[in-house]
Amino acid sequence: MTAIDELTRPANDDDAVGGVPARLVATPRSTAEASALLAATRGLTVVVRGAGTKLDWGPPPRTLDLIIDTRHLSGIVEHAAGDLITIVRAGTPLAGIDLPDQLLALDGPAGATVGGTVATATSGPRRLHYGGVRDLLIGITVVRADGKIAKAGGKVVKNVAGYDLGKLYTGSYGTLGLITECAFRLHPRPRHALFVRAAFTPDAPARIRGAAVVPAAVEIDSASGELAVLLEGTADGVHERAVALEKLLSGDISEMSPSWWGVPPWPAGGIGVKVSVPLSAVPELAAGPDPVRGSAGTGVLYAAAAGRTEVERLRARSVRLGGHAVVLTAPPDVRDILDMWGPVPGLSLMRRVKDQFDPDHRFAPGRFVGGI
Amino acid sequence: MTEIDGLAARLRSALGPELVITDRQELRTYECDGLAHHKVVPAVVVLPQNTAQVADVVRACAEAGVPFVARGSGTGLSGGALPHADGVLIVTAQMRDILEISAGDERAVVQPGVINLQLTRASTPAGYYYAPDPSSQQICSIGGNVAENSGGAHCLKYGFTVNHVTGLEVVTPDGAVTRLGGRALDPPGYDLIGAFVGSEGTLGVATEVTVKLTRLPETVRTLLAAFPSIAEAGAATSAIIAAGVVPAAIEMMDALAIEAAEAAVACGYPAGAAAVLIVELDGPGAEVAAQFDEVVGRCEAAGAFEIRIAADDAERALFWRGRKSAFAAVGRISPDYIVQDGVIPRTALPEVLRRIDELAAANGVRVANVFHAGDGNLHPLVLFDDTNPGEADRAETTSGAIIDLCIEYGGSITGEHGVGADKAKYMPRMFGPDDLDTMQLLRCAFDPAGLANPGKIYPTPRLCGERPGRHRAGETADRDGAEVF
Repeated sequence: MTAIDELTRPANDDDAVGGVPARLVATPRSTAEASALLAATRGLTVVVRGAGTKLDWGPPPRTLDLIIDTRHLSGIVEHAAGDLITIVRAGTPLAGIDLPDQLLALDGPAGATVGGTVATATSGPRRLHYGGVRDLLIGITVVRADGKIAKAGGKVVKNVAGYDLGKLYTGSYGTLGLITECAFRLHPRPRHALFVRAAFTPDAPARIRGAAVVPAAVEIDSASGELAVLLEGTADGVHERAVALEKLLSGDISEMSPSWWGVPPWPAGGIGVKVSVPLSAVPELAAGPDPVRGSAGTGVLYAAAAGRTEVERLRARSVRLGGHAVVLTAPPDVRDILDMWGPVPGLSLMRRVKDQFDPDHRFAPGRFVGGI
Repeated sequence: MTEIDGLAARLRSALGPELVITDRQELRTYECDGLAHHKVVPAVVVLPQNTAQVADVVRACAEAGVPFVARGSGTGLSGGALPHADGVLIVTAQMRDILEISAGDERAVVQPGVINLQLTRASTPAGYYYAPDPSSQQICSIGGNVAENSGGAHCLKYGFTVNHVTGLEVVTPDGAVTRLGGRALDPPGYDLIGAFVGSEGTLGVATEVTVKLTRLPETVRTLLAAFPSIAEAGAATSAIIAAGVVPAAIEMMDALAIEAAEAAVACGYPAGAAAVLIVELDGPGAEVAAQFDEVVGRCEAAGAFEIRIAADDAERALFWRGRKSAFAAVGRISPDYIVQDGVIPRTALPEVLRRIDELAAANGVRVANVFHAGDGNLHPLVLFDDTNPGEADRAETTSGAIIDLCIEYGGSITGEHGVGADKAKYMPRMFGPDDLDTMQLLRCAFDPAGLANPGKIYPTPRLCGERPGRHRAGETADRDGAEVF
């Protein structure tokens, strides 16, 4: 048997990415094994798969030989509660990171893994208060296209030694290498939380900002015309702030989030768009013909588009407002005629980065901006 | 005419003679940054007024194969802006306009020479401030903060520079001007902003920076707690964090640092304290009130013998004056000193401090400790007298051994001062050869010729080699700077 035979199995019908079937699948059990795998499979193109919850995000790969499945790269390596950090393997489901009194404040679809969350830089309601993936990731271990193992960052929150490659890998859609371990900063789990729910009015986000109530999340759903604010903290503090907001917004205090909270607005198999705009542009975006749902607090929102026309309208609008619109997912017939990423300033620099990290373009070829 | 003379002539005609310095005496003004014992006189200094001029200079350097180093206010403490003897020093201090403050977007757009504290002052009338607050904030520039990914006392809660930058205009080492991001989050593609911030001038020069502004807190409360021992102050810090409180800042000073601060600024800290903690909470009033009681309780339980609560802004400023003056104040009690910057896991604090004491005793030097206790960022000040033979070497040995301790405990060789020229030699102790090689792949992408701030961060430069970009069928054309369609 060759090394490839020992480290992989033949693909079956489920082992495809965006309709492109793989030939082989590997499930390495350690960073060292992943390193041996990538060294032994030089010349093969690779897509990394976690739980597969976002495998339909991004264009399909141009070619696909090998799926590296991270399901066996799983588990918590370290949890230093007193230092508010944890190190977890990439295949660990977010839901499996249940730390007493502490919180890894990442939002992702049900079942999503740590690696997939980092690779796609998902952004949910709590980003307003806790920061996004890029803000929470403090260290990373990756396996390069040539099989070499590299670490950057570390396991202390404050650290400026060397380039912060974790930032580069965050949102890189698996195009720069295989992420095997991530170190994150944690937060204390809030003791109390309340929602204030109200009608969404164009001036509401600015009024909330002006109120200095430090919300953990401010979400809107323009289709239903609703707005909901999450407040977290001590019992007295949360109550006092909730009362102030209830009055300010003529809303209602609730212990429950609205049903749309953190739920992508597109149906399974539909077109899902991520829109980000400057904060002051959120009301104008929400007043447009395409309903949006998401964070009025960070300016990162989501939309369902009916077709290519709606995508282009939404993108033109977002760009005019100073932002961007990226199609996360779309059915194959639409995907094939859409520019999923839209305009990408800095693209030539990004190509140079890709050429350095993955000179043979093994990793997820064609899945990223500009066909990277 | 030498190559440098030719370059200087070209720069004079591009920028005007008044913005190009080649006089030896004038050049000496720029021979070091805040790390004053490293000195190199640059061949040429330029004082560009705008992005186009920075791009002209960098392009000229690229064409001549001459290295360049960017410098903001020159307050860095790792020699990051140490000039290159045969290179051009690009001083961005004259690009100091705040281009816009937008409360509606919670963003400011500034030129790199804008002073950190000026931005906060300019944002305050709108109810905002710029959160990263290095101790040098009265003089350090935003461009320098971007290069160093500067932190500060309040980054425990609010994060570092990288968490606050959403847009950059950079001049890459080939002289091209590239805009990355803007006011909106998550521009499509690789997070080159995240990669650029903290790259210590090795990936190019930032010429415009878009940053987040943070809403001024409704309430700020500050206390000063005095402890009979360092261990008890460390225990109080751990207890506060364990209680689920995230203070805006937790700062610690030991007896020697307090002695220095008293001598310099008469801050009037409690007499007889082996350690003091400054704990600051900010946020909504009711939230702060509840957490403040918790903090007071934890300090008392851990053994604080005196707790003072700042009654007003003046008293708060007095608490902070001792802390913020500490580096300079040490000059009052020692003719020479080394400022160290290392990070350890917060929980290792008492043990590491004990070992620093042992190191100091073994080497016959004194160490004053000032640190951001909340995030384990140590700033030991190693005191020595250069007129005593051998003492400087023993101080240097002690300082290096402290860095080894930080690595041994799983920390970092720098929490906020950067690697620069000073600590490149420690990088291989924290990272393996493949780690350093991989980091430098990024360098090769931005600067294959290695002209941007060479010799900093990495002890051994990577040869980038020729890696022509591949553009296979199916890849779309570059759309740099694509316009709205």
